[in-house]
Amino acid sequence: MRKRLLINIAKSLLLARWRQTLIAAIGVTFSITMFITLLSFMSGLNDLLDGLILNRTPHVRIYNDIKPNANQPINKSTQFTKTHNFISSIKSDANRQAIYNSEAIIKSILNDPRVLGLSQKLTAQVFFNDGSIDITGSIFGINPTAETELYHFDEYITTGNSADLTKVNNSIILGKGLADKLLVQIGDAVQITTSKGDLFQLKVVGTFQSGIKDFDNVQSYASINTVQKILSVPNDYITSIQVKLKDITQAPTVAKQYEQLYQTDAEDIQTANSQFETGSSIRTLISYSVGITLLIVAGFGIYNILNMMIFEKMDSIAILKATGFSGKDVKSIFIYIAISIGIFGGLMGLLFGFGLSALIDQIPFNTASLPTIKTYPINYNPRFYLIGIVFSFITTYFAGWFPARKASKIDPVVIIRGK
Amino acid sequence: MEKILEAKNINKFFHDPVRIKVLEDLSFSINKGEFVSLTGKSGCGKSTLLYVLSTMDTDYDGTLLIDGIEMPKKDEGFLAKIRNEKIGFVFQFHYLLNEFNVLENVMLPGLKLAKYSRAEVEHRAMEKLKILGIDHLALKKSNHISGGEKQRVAIARALINDPHIIMGDEPTGNLDKKNSDLVFDIFNQLADEFKQTLLIVTHDPSFAERTHRIIKMEDGKIIF
Repeated sequence: MRKRLLINIAKSLLLARWRQTLIAAIGVTFSITMFITLLSFMSGLNDLLDGLILNRTPHVRIYNDIKPNANQPINKSTQFTKTHNFISSIKSDANRQAIYNSEAIIKSILNDPRVLGLSQKLTAQVFFNDGSIDITGSIFGINPTAETELYHFDEYITTGNSADLTKVNNSIILGKGLADKLLVQIGDAVQITTSKGDLFQLKVVGTFQSGIKDFDNVQSYASINTVQKILSVPNDYITSIQVKLKDITQAPTVAKQYEQLYQTDAEDIQTANSQFETGSSIRTLISYSVGITLLIVAGFGIYNILNMMIFEKMDSIAILKATGFSGKDVKSIFIYIAISIGIFGGLMGLLFGFGLSALIDQIPFNTASLPTIKTYPINYNPRFYLIGIVFSFITTYFAGWFPARKASKIDPVVIIRGK
Repeated sequence: MEKILEAKNINKFFHDPVRIKVLEDLSFSINKGEFVSLTGKSGCGKSTLLYVLSTMDTDYDGTLLIDGIEMPKKDEGFLAKIRNEKIGFVFQFHYLLNEFNVLENVMLPGLKLAKYSRAEVEHRAMEKLKILGIDHLALKKSNHISGGEKQRVAIARALINDPHIIMGDEPTGNLDKKNSDLVFDIFNQLADEFKQTLLIVTHDPSFAERTHRIIKMEDGKIIF
């Protein structure tokens, strides 16, 4: 009963001067709109930059490195265990680059609950023959479906279709720079010479643009089977297994385990791209500082508006108190007023923030490095919206609470005499 | 005679800018049904005394009893309840809430008391407005009526909870002759017909003369 009466009074006070109320609410709306828009936009850009690396790089890469054998014969000799052995002119192992027992390893990795998926890869170094000119390049043998699923391979294909790699026999997708040099288009054939001197004819089914020009000038993709044929190796021959994990932070641990378990080399993304790690964390730091600054500025704005609004209603407070409303009642009334402005303004802010982000999402943004991105990126993370509404609720609550508490404590005569 | 209000040794100081004694050891009482006027020159402390007696000012020394109950100085919630239930107040500058219409202004203290249902409070408010002859204004916004009408609405609001005492701080000070007479007649009628206790601060001698009893103040003291 008491609560309903107080809410009714709050409502009347709000609606009686609806213009002032609206202005206060607009203040909140504006702050929250800016917060949502800027954070969505910034984190969208951040994700885009992160994606440049993260989408293409495996979390853990399993391969056989070219390096000298760690177990040199002299170390195994019982005669020299207590001495320090110097060996000069060690040569790297003639170890083959293929991963031993790859099928079993793949099966066991796929059973690991931390793993999202994996793709296999092998590389062939070849010459692309264009009349009298030979262009050095490499062909990656991939599984286009797995590659698209895990590493967004499709996003870099500018012409043609990645699925054709498996559908069409002896087919190839060329880097855009390479295709331009060879003057070939989809449907044309290119001739290659392997390092062993074998000649092959491959059919072009597409071109890709990775964003790194040097890369596009020398690289191309074919199916695993095609590359195995080019290298004339059996079909369990692969040179690397690229694993994507559910949680990227586990990559170093997983890499270490796999190294032990499968007796190969394994590299995690954090080691392979340490400069990226630094850049990413700095960008995150920047977004957070901008977000917090925005919230603080918005908070002060909201506080000021509400403060003024409440002090303008001092007369009403005096009358209410003189006619028997207690300080607690007065405080409740003004907190109801503040919170309704906060919630209304905050919700409008979410709405406008969403609208403004959606608008930015429509602005054209063309970049050579990301052929599939046509407009500015926006991250519609619901967390921003949650922070926005909770923040507007909390700031308006306190913005109402402090002056309301002050008003509730003074004797009404102080206000009346002050006239 | 039943004492409605009793003041014992009331002392009050103003501290700003210098410490001045405004009320000096005041003791008096008001009986039920009395129509008392409190007069004196400007600055003699009559309004200050009234605010102390109305519990709206708690910064004083001494004892104040309303309806035989001693008023605590600290318990703000309790004092608010006393004001709501036992005291009706009429200010010089009407002090209606402009955000509400006339009827709602009158109803608010009644709704706060919550002794009657909303419908009953509304009915009672209409009755009070009828007594004061302003029931036709019930649904008007309170800033759309004249000064004299506002003061009558304020009196109706003071009456809504059937208070033990009505206090007025120069309720006619801001009104012309015709309207002050009207307001006086209302007070008189309340005292005669409804045996309402009234304590009115005024510096208008013709107003004071017509009341049952005059308390005259000078320099913070009661002289008779």
